[in-house]
Amino acid sequence: MQKAGKSVKRIKSLAKVDYITYLGVIIAFIVMTVLQSRGMLSRSVSGMLVPICCYICMAVSLNLTVGILGELSLGHAGFMSVGVFSGVITAMSLQSAIPNELVRMIIAIVAGAFFAAIVGLIVGIPVLRLRGDYLAIVTLAFGEIIKDLINCLLVGWDENGLHIALNFDGTKTMESLGLSENGIEIIKGAQGATGNSRIATFTMGFVLVMITLVVVLNLIRSRTGRAVMAIRDNRIAAESVGLNITKYKLIAFVTSAALAGAAGALFGMNYSNVTAAQFDFNASILVLVYVVLGGLGNIWGSIVATVVLYVLPEALREYSDYRMLLYAIILILVMLVTNNPTLRSALDILGKHLGRGKQNDAEGGAVS
Amino acid sequence: MEFLSYLITGISLGSIYAIIALGYTMVYGIAKMLNFAHGDVIMVGGYVAFYATSFASSSLLGEDPTTAATALATVGSVLLAMVVCTVLGIVIEGLAYRPLRQAGSLAVLITAIGVSYFLQNAVQLLFGAAPKNFTPVVSGQLQLLGGRLRISYVALLTVAVCIVIMVGLTTFIGKSKMGKAMRACSEDRGAAQLMGINVNSTISMTFAIGSALAAVAGVLLCSYSPVLQPTTGSMPGIKAFTAAVFGGIGSIPGAFLGGLLLGIIESMAQAYISTQLSNAILFAVLIVVLLVKPSGLLGKYMPEKV
Repeated sequence: MQKAGKSVKRIKSLAKVDYITYLGVIIAFIVMTVLQSRGMLSRSVSGMLVPICCYICMAVSLNLTVGILGELSLGHAGFMSVGVFSGVITAMSLQSAIPNELVRMIIAIVAGAFFAAIVGLIVGIPVLRLRGDYLAIVTLAFGEIIKDLINCLLVGWDENGLHIALNFDGTKTMESLGLSENGIEIIKGAQGATGNSRIATFTMGFVLVMITLVVVLNLIRSRTGRAVMAIRDNRIAAESVGLNITKYKLIAFVTSAALAGAAGALFGMNYSNVTAAQFDFNASILVLVYVVLGGLGNIWGSIVATVVLYVLPEALREYSDYRMLLYAIILILVMLVTNNPTLRSALDILGKHLGRGKQNDAEGGAVS
Repeated sequence: MEFLSYLITGISLGSIYAIIALGYTMVYGIAKMLNFAHGDVIMVGGYVAFYATSFASSSLLGEDPTTAATALATVGSVLLAMVVCTVLGIVIEGLAYRPLRQAGSLAVLITAIGVSYFLQNAVQLLFGAAPKNFTPVVSGQLQLLGGRLRISYVALLTVAVCIVIMVGLTTFIGKSKMGKAMRACSEDRGAAQLMGINVNSTISMTFAIGSALAAVAGVLLCSYSPVLQPTTGSMPGIKAFTAAVFGGIGSIPGAFLGGLLLGIIESMAQAYISTQLSNAILFAVLIVVLLVKPSGLLGKYMPEKV
C-alpha cells in the first residue's frame, strides 16, 4: 500500500512538473511580448525569438527520440531540413491563392510536419531495426543523404503548378524548369531557397512550442509513452509482455520527426535565405547538445538548455574571436562537472548547503 | 584505362580513410567511446606539418636545397606532427575523457564534440581561418603503358604507408605485451584490471597510437587535396567513422576493409554517377550494408542474452 501511495505521489509530482513547464513557457512568452511591444528589446534579441522557439521544438522532439525512446539520433536536422523546404515551397506557391499570411503559415507548418513525418517513416522502418551506435551512424547517414538530395533540388512555381527537377549531373539550371514569365523560383539547388517571404512570427513560434509540449508531454504520460519507456529500459522484457516493439518505436520516432518538420517550416519562413547546407551533421549535433545538457528525458531541461545555449554565443559576442572557444570550454566543463562522480558529489554537497536538495532526480535521472 | 585510374584514386583515398578509421576503431574497441574529435586531430597534424615544412624551407634549407635535405625536412616535419598529435591525444584523453570513464556514453560523446569545437576554434585563432596551400610531401607521377595510365607518387606513397601501418599495427596488437593488454581491455575492462593491467595507461596508449596515425593521415590527406583550413578534418573524419562502422567497429581489419571500400565507392560514384551525390551514394551503400549485416562487414555479432 505504501508503495502504491508513493507511486501515486510520484505521478502527481510529474503532472506538477508538466504544469510548471507550460506555465514557465507562457510566462516567458508574455514577458518577451510585453518587452517587445515597449521596444525594450534590441534588434538582435528580437531576431533570436523565433529561432529559439524553433530550436526548443527541435530539442523537445529530439528528446523524445534520445531521452524517451533511448535511441541516439545524429540526423535530426535532416527532418528539420525536410520541414524547412516543404514549408517554404508550400508557403511560396500558395502566395497568390491564399493572401492571408497566418493561414498560409499554418498550412506551411502542417505541410512541413506531414512531409517530415513521411520521411521519418521511411527512415524509421529500416533504422529502428538496428541498435546503439549502428543506429546512430545510420541516422547520421540519412541526414547527409537528405542534405545532398535537397542540394540537387530545383523547384519553381507558376500558373501551371509546381515545377520540380533534380540536378543530379550538375547540368540543369533554373531555366530547364521551363517557368513562365511570372513564375517564382523557389529552390535553386545548392543556393537553397532565396527570396522567401518572411512571415514567421513570435506568437506562432510560441503556439508551436505549446503544441510540441502538449504532444510530447501527453505522449510520455500516456499508455503509449509508458510502452516506449519500457522498451528503452529493457527491450526484451517489454517484448515478453507483449508490446509491439516496432510499432511503439515508430510512433515515437515519427512523432519526433513530424515535430522537427513543423519547427523547420517555421524556421524557413523566418529567413529570406535558407540553404540545405545549414542543416548538416553539425546542426544535428547542436540540438543533441541542448538535449544532453538539459537532461535526457527531461523536457523542461531541454527548453532551458536550448535558451541558455542559444543565447550564450550571442552573449559572448563582445569576446568576438574567442566566443566559440569559450563556448567549447564551457561545454566541456559542464559535461565534466555534471558527470564526474567526484565533482558531482561535491556539487551535491554544495547544493544541500544552499538548502536545495536534488528534487528533480526522478525527472532528470530517468536515463543513465 | 579510365576505370583503372579511378580505381587507383579510390584505393589511395580509401587508404587515407582506413588510417583515420583505425584511430576511431581502436578507441571504440578499447574505451567504448566515439571520439568525434579525431577528425580535428588530423587537421592539427596537417597544420603542424605545414608550418614545420614552411619553416624548414624558409630558414633551415638554403636557396637551392639538395633532394636529400628536402626529403629529410619533410620526414622531420611529419615526425614532428606525429609527436605533437600524440601528446595532444594523451592530453585530451587525460583532461576530457578520463574523468568521464564511469559516465554514460552520451556524456562522453558531447564532451568529444566540445573538444572538436575547441580544437577547430583554437586553430582558427592561432593560424587564421584563411585556407593554406599545403605542398604535397612528394610530387610528380608515374607513367605506365606509354603515358596512358598515370599514378601520382602521393597515391603510391599513401597505399604503401597504409599497408605498413596495417601490418605494423596487427603485429603490435597480436604480439606485444601492450597489444595483449589492449585486447584484454576491449574484451572486459573490469576483468583486465583484476589481472593487473593498468587500464588507464592502456587507454592513453590507444589514444597516443590513434593520434599519431591521425597525424600521418593528416599529412597524406593534405597532400591528396592540398587545401588546409580549420574544418579540413570534419568531413574525412565523419567518412572514416562511417568506414569504421562499415567494416565493423572495433575490428582492425574491418577498418582497413571499410576504408578501402568507401574510398573506391566514392571515387567510382564521382566518376560514373554524380559528383553532387557521391556522398549520398556512399551513405546509401553504408545503410544497405548495415541492414543486411547489422554489425558491419567484419564485426562480431553479439547475440543478446536474456
